[in-house]
This record gives sequence, structure tokens and C-alpha cells, in this order.
Amino acid sequence: MKRLLAFIRKEFYHVFRDKRTLLILFGLPVAQILLFGFALSSEVKNIGIAIQDNSHDIHSEKITRKIQSSDYFHVENPILDYKDVENRFKDGSIKCAVIFPLNFGSEMQRPGGAKIQVIADASDPNTATIVTNYLVAIVGDYQRELNPTAKLNYQIVPELRHLYNEQQNGSLNFIPGVIALIFMIVSTALTSVSVVREKELGTMEILLVSPFKPIMVLIAKAIPYLVLSLINFMLILFLSVYILHVEIKGSFLLLLAESILFIITCLSLGLLISNVTDSQQTAMLISMMGMMIPTLLLTGFMFPLESMPWIFQVVSHILPSRYYYTIVKAVMLKGLGFKFVWKETLILAGMAVFLLTIALKKFKIRLS
Amino acid sequence: MENKAIVCKDLTKQFGDFKAVDKISFEVSEGEIFGFLGANGAGKTTAMRILCGLSFPTSGEATVAGFDVYKQQEKIKKNIGYMSQKFSLYDNLTILENIEFYGGVYGVSRPEIKERSQDLVKTLGLEKEAKKLVGGLPLGWKQKLAFSVAVFHRPKIVFLDEPTGGVDPITRRQFWDMIYEASANGITVFVTTHYMDEAEYCNRISIMVDGRVEAIDSPAGLKNRFNTTSMDEVFYELARNAKRAAD
Amino acid sequence: MPSVTLNNITKKYGDFVAVDNVSFEVQKGELFGLIGPDGAGKTSIFRVLTTLLIAEEGTAIVEGHDVVKDFQEIRNKVGYMPGKFSLYQDLTVKENLNFFATIFGTTIEENYDLIKDIYDQIKPFNNRRAGKLSGGMKQKLALCCALIHKPEVLFLDEPTTGVDVVSRSEFWEMLDKLKKQQITIVVSTPYMDEAKLCDRIALIQNGKIMKVDQPQEIINSFPKPLFAAKAKNIYKLLKDLRTDTEIESCDAFGEFIHLTLKSETGNEETIKAIAEKYNPENFQVKKIQPTIEDSFIRLMREQNNSEEFKGASNGK
Repeated sequence: MKRLLAFIRKEFYHVFRDKRTLLILFGLPVAQILLFGFALSSEVKNIGIAIQDNSHDIHSEKITRKIQSSDYFHVENPILDYKDVENRFKDGSIKCAVIFPLNFGSEMQRPGGAKIQVIADASDPNTATIVTNYLVAIVGDYQRELNPTAKLNYQIVPELRHLYNEQQNGSLNFIPGVIALIFMIVSTALTSVSVVREKELGTMEILLVSPFKPIMVLIAKAIPYLVLSLINFMLILFLSVYILHVEIKGSFLLLLAESILFIITCLSLGLLISNVTDSQQTAMLISMMGMMIPTLLLTGFMFPLESMPWIFQVVSHILPSRYYYTIVKAVMLKGLGFKFVWKETLILAGMAVFLLTIALKKFKIRLS
Repeated sequence: MENKAIVCKDLTKQFGDFKAVDKISFEVSEGEIFGFLGANGAGKTTAMRILCGLSFPTSGEATVAGFDVYKQQEKIKKNIGYMSQKFSLYDNLTILENIEFYGGVYGVSRPEIKERSQDLVKTLGLEKEAKKLVGGLPLGWKQKLAFSVAVFHRPKIVFLDEPTGGVDPITRRQFWDMIYEASANGITVFVTTHYMDEAEYCNRISIMVDGRVEAIDSPAGLKNRFNTTSMDEVFYELARNAKRAAD
Repeated sequence: MPSVTLNNITKKYGDFVAVDNVSFEVQKGELFGLIGPDGAGKTSIFRVLTTLLIAEEGTAIVEGHDVVKDFQEIRNKVGYMPGKFSLYQDLTVKENLNFFATIFGTTIEENYDLIKDIYDQIKPFNNRRAGKLSGGMKQKLALCCALIHKPEVLFLDEPTTGVDVVSRSEFWEMLDKLKKQQITIVVSTPYMDEAKLCDRIALIQNGKIMKVDQPQEIINSFPKPLFAAKAKNIYKLLKDLRTDTEIESCDAFGEFIHLTLKSETGNEETIKAIAEKYNPENFQVKKIQPTIEDSFIRLMREQNNSEEFKGASNGK
């Protein structure tokens, strides 16, 4: 026991004396939270738009006013001609132009209906889609006002986020994702690098040729990063609650327990990775590419799972982060209790036990 | 200055307060085999980097192959060859590919590369291995090959950084045969080594201690001066009082 | 019973045979040197003996335990200093020592007398990070860490490589003192001149043991008289003598050339006569005692010739 503690103490020395590790450990979560929280809102607001009203009838003017009063748009000067549209797209002052044709109002009564031309700057397709959807929604709104009982003959497809996000608070959604990401980095990458560093330095050889049991090496390596991950976890929650004003709806203890489960999975993955390589760089690369990128792309964090090709959906089922993400969203954001997440918890627990066992068994007690 | 391969005067390299190289001055003639000795930490590597055009001195002057180390670093690099114990050739390229690469880097024309690489391979007796990966060669062969590649473009000066470290005694001597050969062909050889018997093969030697050149002379001259019969003892006398080695 | 035994050990990495049918013994309390250049197989042998690698063929016993079956027993009893002085660069001298002491289930105080002489030299730097020590200091610290638990056998893999000449000789003095503690010490080194400081040595090249014996015996068993010659233009003399049919071997050794004659009889006069043919300036010659390096070179040639290895040369 005393030996295990001495080992763990050494690991903490390593962590606190290496500026780069410290940066990753504590700088990263803070940076991510702040970044996502404030800058990277995937909502769009204050989009520059220019309107050309060639008709000036009551309908076109009402629609124009609706656009002007919307928070989403910031109406710029009317456009002069198509060349003007192009120029202003290029300098970025507008992202969208709306043109009402000559007899807009009267055309509305005709069988074909009236047309509004919408030109969107699709060099950023995401924004362009969102912008055109807004406009479509605004126009659809107006149509409903005119004719409450009429059926709309086109669809509005809002983005998942907006529908879900009544509160205008873009921050919420990404916090579970950020937490999962941080655990991946700290627990997986740093653990694997820590073990491989011993191999690179040659100290692993000395550790092996000693009375200290090899398994204890792994445990001693894992524990500091377990502790550090939990500290990080608290840090993220603290920042979320007090800086981003997000409240934790569900049980904190449940969240903690699930997080420990997930951390153990990540640690085991880190230990497994350290088995397959002798170079710190490779370990870091595998952890980043192999773990982080799927976590980013395939857990539903950045992009909705449902809209992915089925093959990716299948792959996502073997990612522990996917289950953790679902659990955290449920508990933290929706305030649900254990009985809503017992299935995911079971799968996650199963993965944790499985991976940990393999990691311990596969640890090489000799050089290859 | 015309036929001096290397000239340096009060050359200094400082990192903050620490003087890695402290006002060293010496000259190396063309075609000379010059041994550049010193304990680890004495400043040898730093000095060599300056002479190879890889780093700027803090103060002092130096010219290598007639080119100034401040203003003409690129010209220096074109006119020298370099080989070290740690890295010389690419393990996952074949012998011929390595020669082709380095020849090309130094601007040797393709037809010349072709012709001379055949000669090189024949001289070393490696015809059968020419298309094999360098990584599979024993260490001794690699080092000999690396030297040949370093002088392939017929540079004026070749810098060798502990080229025979860890190599077996026969190969070591074959290596020095190659050095003699190069020197006889007019290439100046600037070599560092930890083997004191190799110091004897040099025309002149300088010994660096704590960033300064403490002795510079022919091997015989140095042994005379310190009243010893072997270079080992000369080195020991000088290195013993070094502050940096004890720190 | 010997402290360390190897019986027909062969270790391969894929097709490459790193250790080729190696057998030798080390007695208790002996200072045993494994002498050979890089790639000879020294590190592989060490790793087999410290149970870090399993040999494809052969058996090895350390302090009565089999390296494969009883590996944990061996790991409890030996001290190991791998190449490159594996130390924790960002821990201080004291922290490194404390850590290794604890890992081995002991304390610095318990076996202090064993490491005292060595530790005293680095004690002034107790609070300096290991990464900031000079090569010689790292070497001493690594040795302390390997000794801290009073091992029965000490395996030191190239402990003097990359270290300045003064520290190297100090290191061997320290090893000599350790012998008195009845610790078996197995050291590897590429430096031939260090060989004579050992009780017995094994000369190894290309994975094969060429000879195992006391240094002096190896020197005594040099089969022919050895001569050292010199002249004003050493290189020319070397080239000339190589072409001579009466000269068997001819190698540069610093300011001298070491040579042997093909014939069994022959002395300085014989050599002088041969050399005169080439008109050397300031020619001198004398008979000398061979060194380990002379023996190594000769044995290497025998090994090469018997394998018809392409790169063989008689110095010619």
C-alpha cells in the first residue's frame, strides 16, 4: 500500500511539473467552456439582409416589416442591382437578399401564387440554410395570419436545435459533449501517454524488474488521472452553473456516479492504447484520432445521429461516449432520474468492466 | 586566409548568462584532419553547429570554406558535409535511394549521381545490398556508408560528430582509412571523438574545457607539453579540472 | 553454484539472430564484463537475464531461479541499470532515490552504507532535478537507485557510454569497492580498455561469444608475438605494410601500428628488414604485450573468416 501511494505521489509530481500537461488538464476545459459558451453559438443572429421591394404593396410591406422586427435579421440598405448583391456578399455586409417582384400583391391572388426571390450567400451553407428557413418561416407566418385555416403547401424544416431550444440558450447542449470530450482527453490520452513515457524513458524496465507487481503500475497510473478527471468535472460544472448560468436539473450524485463509470472506461482505453505503442507521440495520436474524433462526430454531440448514414449509426453504438452523452443530457439537462437511464448505465458499466479487465490482462510484463 | 578551411576568432555563444562557447580561436588548414575534442558539456556541439551554419554566434568571427558564419550560412551548408553518430541515413530507404537523395539535396547532377553511386557501392563492397534497406545493415556498414554519402558531393570540409561511437574495432579502423583517403583527396576533416587513440590519427587536436579551447597542437606536441605518453592522460589532465563535468 | 548461468541462449527478432547460442557463467561476487560493440547482442542478453525477454532457445539461471519460470523471484533480487540511465527527469535526486527505495520495499537509510560513497558525491545536488544533472552525475544516481535494495546481482547495461572520461574511471572505482560487498556485478561496455578492470570478461560480437576468460589470460593466449611500429608518415607505412606478403595483420593503434608476422618466428629485426623495403622515415619497432583490443580484433577476424563475411579484412 505504501508503495502504491509512493507511486501515485510520483505521478502527481510528473503532472504538476509538466507545463504542457497542466495546460491540457486545466486550460482546455476552461477554454472549451468559454469558447462554446460565448463565441460558438450555433444560433444565428443579426444577419445582414437587404430587401428590394419593387411592388410596395401592403403585403410586401408587411412582410418587410416582419423581417425588420425580427431579431434574426439586421436590415441593411436596399440593393441596387444584382451586381450590388454580389459585391455585398463578397464584403460580407449582407448574407441574404430578398426581392419582391413588381406586382407581388396582385400576383398573390392568382392560381400560381406570388413569388419572392431569396438569394442567400451559401459560401457558409449552414448559415444559408438557417437564413432561408427563417425567411420561409416568416413568410409562412404571414400566410397564416392572412388565412388561418388554409393548409400550407410547403414545409418548414427547422433545425433540431432551434426547436429544442426555446430558451435562446445555446450553451446547454454542448456541455455534456464537452464533458465527454474532456474525459476522453484527460483520462484516455494522458493516461496512455503517461504509461508510454515510462517505456520511452526506460524507467518501465526498472519498474518491471522490481518486486512491484506490474498490475500495480497500471493502477498507480490510472488513479491520479481518475482524480484529476473528477476535479475537471467539478470545474466544468462550476463554470457552467456560475458563468453560463446553466442549472443542473437532475441529481448531482447520479451524475457523479455515471461520470466515474465513464472515466473508468476512458482510463481502460488509455491503458489499452499504451500497450500497442512505445512512442508517446503515437499514443497521443491514437488517443486523439481514435477516441476524440469519433466522440466529436458520432455521439450526437455536434451532429444529430438520426441524420447519419446507417453505418455510422451502427459504429456509434460501440462508443462508450455515446451512452455517456445520452445519460448526461438526460440527467443534467432534462432532470431525469435513474430509471430513465438504467439501460445506458448498464451498457456503460458493462463496457467499463470489460475494458478494464482486458487492459489489466493485456499489460505486458515483459518487453516484446 | 585563402587556404584556411576554417578560421575562428573569439567565437562566443551565450545563452543568457551561460557561455556555452567562450571566445574560442583557431584555424584549420585545407586537407587537415582536425580533431575537436572535449568532454560532454564542454561546448563542442554548440561550436560545431555554428561552424556548420546551423546557429548564429553571439559574438566573434568565423569563416568556413571562406564563407562568413553570420552572413553566408547557406553557402557554408552547400560546401560542407556532415555526419553524426545519431543520425546519418534513412533506415527505410535503400542504399541507392539514400545516395540519390543526399546527392540531389547537394545539387549533384543526375548522371553524376548514377555514375558515382555505382562506384561508391562497389568500393564499399555493397553491390549485393545496394537495393536493400539501410535499416537492415549492421551498424558498422551504416557508418561507413554514411561517411561516403557525406562526402559524395565532394565538399571542401566534412564535419564528423562522433562517427565511430559504439562501432566494432575493425570497422572503426576501416572508417579512419576512409578519412585518410578523403584527406588525401583534399577534403578537410573536422572530427570529434571520444576514442583517444583516434585523436592520434589527427594532424592537430584542440581540446575544449568549460567552453574554452584549453589546448591546441599536434598529438605529439600535446604529449610533450603535458609530459605524458598517451593522449588519454593528456585528456585526463585537462578534463579533470573542468568545472562543468563535475556539475 | 554460480550466480548467473546461460546455457545455449538464442534470441531472435524475426529473422535476425541477436544472440546466437551463448553460454557462460558468472560466479558469486565476480565483476564480469560483457565486452562488445553496439549490435553485438549485449542488451538482449541483459534483457533475457533480467527476465524482460524470453529467449527462443536455451535456459538461464540467476541466483538459482529460472528466468522464465521464476521470473518474479529474480525481479525481487536483482538490481538493473538499463542503458541511457533511466531516471525520472523531472524528479529531484532525492525524490528519485526515495521512489525507487519505496518500490523495492526499503528506505534510503536501510542500506545507506552500501551507497554512501557514491551518494555523497551527488548529495550536494539532492534537490536538483535529474534532468539537469551532467552525464556523470546521472550515472551515479542511477547506480544508487539500482543498489538501494541491496541486490544479490547487479546488471549494468553500458553504464559508461556517453559519459566523460573522468566519470568513467570514477565509476569503475566504485564498482571495484562494491565487489567487497559480495554483490555479483555484470557490466556491459563497448570500451575495450575498461575490460581489464573486470575479474573475467566475455568478448561478444555478432551475437556470438568469442572468448570468456580473465583479461590477463586472454592477453596471454594471443597466439603470435605482437609488435608496435611507427614512422613519420604513419598512413603510408600502414598502406605499404598491408601489401607485404610476410605481414599477417596490420592495424592502426593511435600513433603506432600493431602488426603480426605470418611466420611463427620473427622479431624486431625481421620487421625492420621488411619495413626498409618501403623506405620509411624515422622508423621504430618494438615487441609489445597485446591489449584486449588486439585480441578482440584477432578473434573478430577469425569469426569473420569462418563465416566468409564479405567485410573481413586483415588490416589489408
